Parts: sequence; C-alpha cells; structure tokens
Amino acid sequence: MTRLGAAAGVVALSLLPLALTSYQLGLLTKMLIFGVFAMSLNLILGYAGLPSLGHAAYFGVGAYTVGLLAVKVVDHFWLDAAAGLLAAALTAALFGLLALRAHGSYLLMITLALSQVLWGIAFGWRWLTGGDDGLPGVPRPAAGLPFSLADGLRFYYLVLVVFALTAAALHVVVRSPFGRALVGIRENERRMEVLGYDTWLYKYVAFVLAGVVAGLAGVLFVYYNGFVSPVYLSIVFSATALIMVILGGAGTLLGPALGSAVIVFLENVISAHTERWLLVLGLIYVALTLFAPEGLLGLVARWTGRRAS
Amino acid sequence: MTFWAFQVLNGVSFGMLLFLLAAGLSLIYGVMRILNLAHGSYYVLGAYVALSVVRATESLLLAAAAGTAVVTAVGIFMERVLLRRLPRGEELPQALLTFGILLIVGDVSLWIWGGTPQTLPRPEILSQSVRLGPIVFPSYRLFVIGAGLAAGIGLWALQERTRLGAMVRAAIDDAEIARATGIDVSRLSTAVFALGAALAALGGIIGGPLLGVYPGADFEILLLAFVVVIIGGLGSLKGAFVGALLVGLLDNFGKALFPEFALFTIFAPMALILAVRPTGLFGARP
Repeated sequence: MTRLGAAAGVVALSLLPLALTSYQLGLLTKMLIFGVFAMSLNLILGYAGLPSLGHAAYFGVGAYTVGLLAVKVVDHFWLDAAAGLLAAALTAALFGLLALRAHGSYLLMITLALSQVLWGIAFGWRWLTGGDDGLPGVPRPAAGLPFSLADGLRFYYLVLVVFALTAAALHVVVRSPFGRALVGIRENERRMEVLGYDTWLYKYVAFVLAGVVAGLAGVLFVYYNGFVSPVYLSIVFSATALIMVILGGAGTLLGPALGSAVIVFLENVISAHTERWLLVLGLIYVALTLFAPEGLLGLVARWTGRRAS
Repeated sequence: MTFWAFQVLNGVSFGMLLFLLAAGLSLIYGVMRILNLAHGSYYVLGAYVALSVVRATESLLLAAAAGTAVVTAVGIFMERVLLRRLPRGEELPQALLTFGILLIVGDVSLWIWGGTPQTLPRPEILSQSVRLGPIVFPSYRLFVIGAGLAAGIGLWALQERTRLGAMVRAAIDDAEIARATGIDVSRLSTAVFALGAALAALGGIIGGPLLGVYPGADFEILLLAFVVVIIGGLGSLKGAFVGALLVGLLDNFGKALFPEFALFTIFAPMALILAVRPTGLFGARP
C-alpha cells in the first residue's frame, strides 16, 4: 500500500510538468527543495523530539559553500555539492556537541544562538559573502555532469530524484532499529537509558544526519535560486521550517513536505497581492498552534473521526 | 584610560538595558516555563508607541507611561487569552505562538512606523555631560545605569522581601506545590507576565535615545537577551544581572576592538559556559 502510494506519487510528480507553465514548474521545484529541508528537521523534531530554532544553519552553510565555491573557486557540480554537504555535516557535528547537552527551552535558545553566529558571519563579512546583498550569480550545475541542468525541466527532475531518494532513505531510517530508538527517546529518554541505550549518541547521530539532509536542500536551493543571502540563515527561515513540519504533521514521513508545499504556495499567492506576508505568516503560527496543533493531516483525521463516531 | 573608561561605561549601560529584558524573560520562564520569543516585540513596541506619543504631546513622561501601558496590556492579553490555551509543559507550541506574535508585531510596526531607523529624544536635563575626575561622561548613559540598578534592586527587594516575592519564588521552585499551598498561581502568572512586558517596554523606551528603534531591532535584542539568560541561567534574577553585565561588556569591547569578530566575543564565552554548565551559571535544572 505504502509502496504503491509512493510509486503513484513519483509518477504523478514526473508527469505534472507537462501540465505546468515554466513559472509554476519553478514553484513546484521550490516546494520539493523546501520539502527536503522540512523532512530533515522532522527527523529530529518529529521522531527524536528535539526542537531546533536554528535549523537554517545547515541549509545556509550548504548553500553558501556551494555558492562561494562555484562563483569564486571552481564550478564543478560533484566537487561543490560534496563540499557543501561536508560543510553542513561539520557544522551540525560541532553545533550538536554544544546544543545536545541541553533540553527543551534551553535547546531552542542554544540552537537559535548558534545559528545566529553564522547569520552574523554571512551578514558581516561583506568581502567574502556580499553581506546583506547576498551572493549572486551562482550558475546552474553544468560542469562535471553529462549535460547542463540550466534548463528548468531537467533541473526539476534532478530535484525530484533527490527528493524521492531522500524520502526513501528517511523512510528506511525511521523504520530501522535506530529510528525506533529515536521514537523511544522522544517518548521517555530516561527509560531508554535504563534499557542500556546511549541516548546521547542516538540523538547526536540523528542531529548530524538531519544537518546533512538540510545541507542537501541548501545545495539544491542555491543552484535553483542562483543566489543566496543571509535570509536563509535567519531565525525566520528556521522558524518557517518548524511551521512546515507542524503544519504537515510532525512525525509523519511526508507531512512536512506537504507543509512545505502549502507554505511556498501561500507565500507566492499572498506576496503577489500584499507586502504583508510576514503578518500573515505570524497569524498562521498563532492559528496553527491554537487550533490545529497536530497539523493539517491531524485536523482532517479529527474531522473524519468525528463524522464516523 | 579615557578609552577604557568610556568602553566600560557604554558596556555597563548597554548591559543594564539587556537586564531589563532578561529579567522579565527569566521570571516568566521561572514561573510559567514559557520561553517568550515575543519579548523582543515588547522592546520595540514600547519605543515606537513612546515615539508617537512624544511627537504628539512633547512629553517624555507621558510617552514612557503610554509605551509601558500599551505593552503591558499586550502582555496580559497574550498570557490570559492566548498562552493559557496551550498544553502545559510543551515548549514548542509556546515558542511557535510567541514567534508568531513576534512576526505580527514586527510587520505591523513596519506598516505603521515605516522602515527608517528612528531615535527617541532624551530629556533636556540628561543631554549634558558630567565630569567625573579627568573624564567627561554623557549623563544619559549614567541615567541608564542608574535606572537598571534601580530596577535590579527593586526586583530583588520584591522577590526577597515581600509576600508576593515569596509566592513567586515558591512558584519558580515548584508551581504544583505552590498551587497546593493555596497560592493563586494563575493570577501570579498574569502579574509576572505583565511585569516582564513592562520591564521590556521600559528597556525600549530608555534605550530608544541610545540605540534607536528600527525593523529588526526586536530580533537583535531578543537574541542578546537569550545569550544573557543562557549564560546566567533561566529563572534566576542574579543570573540575569550577571549575564547582562557580562554580555553588555563583551558586546561593547568586541565591537570596539575586533569589529569583524564582534559576535564571537559574545558567543565564544557562551559556548564555553554551556560546555561546563548547560543550565547557565545560576540556572535551576529545567
């Protein structure tokens, strides 16, 4: 059933471009990239129960690493992408060491503070990063690949493949004994410790893995956007990832991707009509936490459940 | 000599502003276990409202009163109407809700007051300089330090010497037991939230002439207040005071001595303290 659904989803997403304008295709590409980002946060938030207000750090590090290398050093897809992932992994490995000693609200504050250091670097070191203006002119990947991905359709398929592979890999991870142990830690960490699990190590591995996947989304995004700015390291972006996960449903595999699609779509529609997108986003946060804390899927389940009973 | 004296003065006065925010943040967390991300909003909203009132009436006192009153009302509304509906003991819904408020207030402020940085005027009496020995200090900075110290002493006396303070301490220790002994924790929570909001608004109003108020100031000050409570420990007034002084001085010396690395002079000590004491210098176990 799940496999059938997954196959149907991939086929649908493969055929969808036939019915879309190039602008809509770009939007769909962005939804998938942010979907990868949201899924990465979901691994630690939804499964291990570790909230983070600094998840943009790894996305931004991946994006900036590829952007800087492609613009200033060498434009080679495999080299640059690998460096981006490595940089995200190292950042997560370092931040995890500091942050995972804390719990709850302290964890939120510390992840936020650490990510703000990177934001400060991107913002302050103009000579390297372009500061507030960002880093423009990142080319779509061409070198190192059999054909150029400058074309929007080909790039979309690259993103779709990465998205599908990431979802499949996370599916395997959360169903593995490792993933089960994470859920156990979320439900009752003390008990897992008593059972002999090194809970810190489990959380740390999950934290770094989530950082790498977020970095992957950042790598895709900088190629997609051709541009990266400190916005993608900011607390607002970190919180947007949180709202995508909660909106779709934390602890469900594809819920966060759905949340990402909804947020990207809303931002696009609302920004076209008004400059008050952040106001609307703030209202979404408030409404969601008050009225639909289990997310859209949870809301649907509650309604259908009510009707059934 | 003059350079160092000035930097210390600037650092301490900025630290006192941070204390006004961190004290409220810390008390609110202590009593309610709520991490209030909207605390940065209180700071800018207080300053903006005061700015409008001072332009209309030319009275700074009236402006300060109006700014504090509006923000206190917002705080009470948030506590009684919004935050009470959330499940207790879960930090993420609280963080998301208060972050939503932070975004809403930030965007509405941008809408009303525009994107240009603005400064509040300082009172006539405090626009002079004061000569202390060989060094001439701007008197407004001395006033800010005095205000911060007064707030610190007032809060300490409130917490240690009054019945209300004893109730607050009991609630910080264990809200359930406090409730069982007949303390009205519900009203106490509202009072603490209102006090925290008022202190943050005062911080914005007093800081307005020094730092100005602009879009994004809410995030900046919130982040620094976080570092203060991470270093000092949530729920501890002493921690907020020591942390605020430390961050104020580090921030100021960092910016003066190594402008490129200014953030590291704050975050490196923070990381060090975290590595040794994950709940801060004076914080209780979460």
